[in-house]
Amino acid sequence: MKIKLQDHILVPKHEVLSEEEAKELLEALGVSREDLPKIKADDPIAKEIGAKKGDIVRIIRDDEFTGKNVAYRLVV
Amino acid sequence: MIPKRIAGIRFEVLSPREIRKMSVVKIITPETYDDDGFPIEFGLMDPRLGVIDPGLKCRTCGGKAGECPGHFGHIELAAPVIHVGYAKLIARLLNATCSNSECGRILMKNEKRDKFIQRIEERKKLGQDYEDIVKEVFRVTKGVKKCPHCGADQMEVKFEKPTFYYENEHRLTPKDVRERLEKIADEDLPAFGMDPHAVRPEWMVLTVLPVPPVTVRPSIILETGQRSEDDLTHKLVDIIRINQRFMENKEAGAPQLILEDLWELLQYHVTTYLDNEVSGIPPARHRSGRPLKTLAQRLKGKEGRFRGSLSGKRVNFSARTVISPDPNLSINEVGVPQEIAEELTVPIFVTEKNIEEAREFILRDDHPRANYVIREDGRRIRVIETNREELAEKLEPGWIVERQLMDGDIVLFNRQPSLHRMSIMAHYVRVLPYKTFRLNPAVCPPYNADFDGDEMNLHVPQSLEAQAEAKILMAVQEHILSPRFGGPIIGGIHDHISGLYLLTRGEKLFSKAEVMEIIRPLDVVKLPEPKHDGKWSGKQIFSMILPDITIEFKAEICQGCKECKGVDCENDAYVFIKNGELVTGTIDEKAVGAFKGIIIDEIIRKYGNEETRKFIDNMTKLAIKAIMYTGFTVGIDDVDIPKEAREQIEQVILEAEERAWKLIEAYKQGNLEPMPGRSIEETLEMKIMQELGRARDMAGKIAGKYLGMDNAAVIMAVSGARGSMLNLTQMAACIGQQSVRGERIRRGYTYTNRTLSHFKPGDLGPEARGFVKSSYKDGLNPIEFFFHAVGGREGLVDTAVRTSQSGYLQRRLINALQDLKVDYDGTVKEQTSGLLIQFRYGQDGVDPMKSYRGKPVDVVRIIKEVVGSD
Repeated sequence: MKIKLQDHILVPKHEVLSEEEAKELLEALGVSREDLPKIKADDPIAKEIGAKKGDIVRIIRDDEFTGKNVAYRLVV
Repeated sequence: MIPKRIAGIRFEVLSPREIRKMSVVKIITPETYDDDGFPIEFGLMDPRLGVIDPGLKCRTCGGKAGECPGHFGHIELAAPVIHVGYAKLIARLLNATCSNSECGRILMKNEKRDKFIQRIEERKKLGQDYEDIVKEVFRVTKGVKKCPHCGADQMEVKFEKPTFYYENEHRLTPKDVRERLEKIADEDLPAFGMDPHAVRPEWMVLTVLPVPPVTVRPSIILETGQRSEDDLTHKLVDIIRINQRFMENKEAGAPQLILEDLWELLQYHVTTYLDNEVSGIPPARHRSGRPLKTLAQRLKGKEGRFRGSLSGKRVNFSARTVISPDPNLSINEVGVPQEIAEELTVPIFVTEKNIEEAREFILRDDHPRANYVIREDGRRIRVIETNREELAEKLEPGWIVERQLMDGDIVLFNRQPSLHRMSIMAHYVRVLPYKTFRLNPAVCPPYNADFDGDEMNLHVPQSLEAQAEAKILMAVQEHILSPRFGGPIIGGIHDHISGLYLLTRGEKLFSKAEVMEIIRPLDVVKLPEPKHDGKWSGKQIFSMILPDITIEFKAEICQGCKECKGVDCENDAYVFIKNGELVTGTIDEKAVGAFKGIIIDEIIRKYGNEETRKFIDNMTKLAIKAIMYTGFTVGIDDVDIPKEAREQIEQVILEAEERAWKLIEAYKQGNLEPMPGRSIEETLEMKIMQELGRARDMAGKIAGKYLGMDNAAVIMAVSGARGSMLNLTQMAACIGQQSVRGERIRRGYTYTNRTLSHFKPGDLGPEARGFVKSSYKDGLNPIEFFFHAVGGREGLVDTAVRTSQSGYLQRRLINALQDLKVDYDGTVKEQTSGLLIQFRYGQDGVDPMKSYRGKPVDVVRIIKEVVGSD
């Protein structure tokens, strides 16, 4: 049986952004795609959520001290 | 003008042709100046090599001294010599190529060579290092016995430092070497990492020596009028002399032996000219015995051209001296010695509005006067008694008057290592007598300064913008809160804490005269009503400097009772301040100390930086008056404990040792139960450590009980002023277990399994493994002393290693993070590339300096403020 990484408590939630969402995000941040932090396409979690090169992944973390926070990564 | 861009830099080896081409004169005589002091033509100071004497013009370019960059000359060497810098590479090349004078090819087949070249090319294209492939080429070719091209047998060439080569016990002259290198084919060079367009191997054996321009090696004229030549000139003189002698001898047909000797001498001089610190030969020395500073020495090391001259920066308008404390200064002031204040200047940019003020400074003849005036054309004129009047007369808007530093000027004050931004803060000047910088001891923590000989630097901002920035951004009061943890980093230290502790503990009462004496340095205008029939309590005196705040917290002296009784605390450890009135509790480190200081924290949040600065000034002055009023001293008798206490301590330790022995006994009989995840040996060690640790704690408790709360050392320890109860325990009762890497001491005669020869092999007892029964006051017996030294050494090594390692880590971190910036939208980006680093600064967007101890909001505080503390 294959384990789902997302089920592990230490793995934050990852999701692929739709094209519109991505555009909106880049507009809001005022940066180009390449300026975002990166995640490798062959990263296990990227494979699991089916992220392809050029996609943007949203990562939602819940930190003990700083609370819920959202980050984005460009798949390379 | 079209801006030019440098596309690349390539380093090549100078060819003899190039050396001759760039040369303006062939140097043939070792003389420098004639009897009249004129440079001799074709000598080392030939006028064509450039000018250093002001007034003369260069014979090559016509430039004056300062304009002419200098021009190279050259020396034709009578015989080739090895260039030390390439000696090792030459040795490798000799071993990698065929020694047959007809062949000289690389010692591998062409196909194999091409494969290596291809790999090197690939690496070059990727911009990566290809050194390792070149190394492989040399390794592969070195063992080859027969040339694959001509079939000649190969012998190993032995290289002897610094510049000698032997083949079959037979010495190869530089001439032989050069001939072999000449034979190496251009097609083979890329395999050695060389570009045939840039380098020919034979150029690494010198036949022509470039002579650097005189501007590179200027001679200086001593006070006696004598000329003193540069070290390089001295060395070149040696080279030319030997060169000439060699030529003369050769022409005269001198015997081979003599020629060889001279050749070797020439090699020595050229070698030391290039590098005077090569191993294997004695360094060339000056007449005085000082080794000469030749080419390599000029570039190398900390004081060399790169680290010392190019990367090293020096500044004007700065001063450095020893620091010492002055509690009468405000925390944002710095005491500057008169002598320094007279040397440092602040520019006054003269306008119509301030011309009279500026004129006054020029005309003054003591302290805050003008040192220099700078005319509109940029000429700087020193103000002296004779030209004072004249300059004041001529002064007009647009000039700059450099006025001496005086009270109220803003300066930057710095102590190295400058690890955080609080290492450089802006202070206001107070010109004082004597020779040290004075600062309020409350600002020691941000600088991490003490007064055991520390020195600090001071810089005077030279523009109005810089002065304004310093005042607004860098002033000390702007840095009371640390951006590291959001608490105060400036606060009471040492005696400030002891003083306020003594003043506010319990209900001490003071008469009017006493109160007046204590509050004398403060700006208290009106005495409050006495609360204790005509007398004031210490708490009331402290309240006089408190602004209107309401706060409650547990003090440092809090014992941590199971159930806190709040304001009814028996230890007077619950601080309750209501509307600026200290109702209960003792003021100690937690209330006003640097790093902790809850009261300081509260004031800065409610009233801001300036008010806090005044509070700290008042607080430190009050504390010092209070501690002087009581008197406070520590002596050896402070760690005296009565006989019964000593007996008790001895008993406790004895019992613990007995228990330790019992454990050892149990271990030997195999009755010891291992703890989960531990071996039996580890279990035993842990249990013994526990047992002995407990014994020391017990001893400390007994000692503490007998020392009592009136003991000065105890007061310092409990109030957090200095020292800890552990320090006191070790002085009064028992030092305890010494350890290395957290374990009992085991090292020593490992082969007999004992720490010292005083013990039997395998002794696991407390004494044999570094347990120190004595106290510092009693003194240690020789065995204890030894173990203490072992444990102490680890501490010393640790601190040494830690500082160097953390220093390097800090450097790397700062280097990596220096371009990051928090944008207006709260994201963190790299300034140059625009790369996004964080989507929200620190994930929560909180500036720790504006947070409440790292938390964005202090809900409890806000509720209390709104609802009221009742």
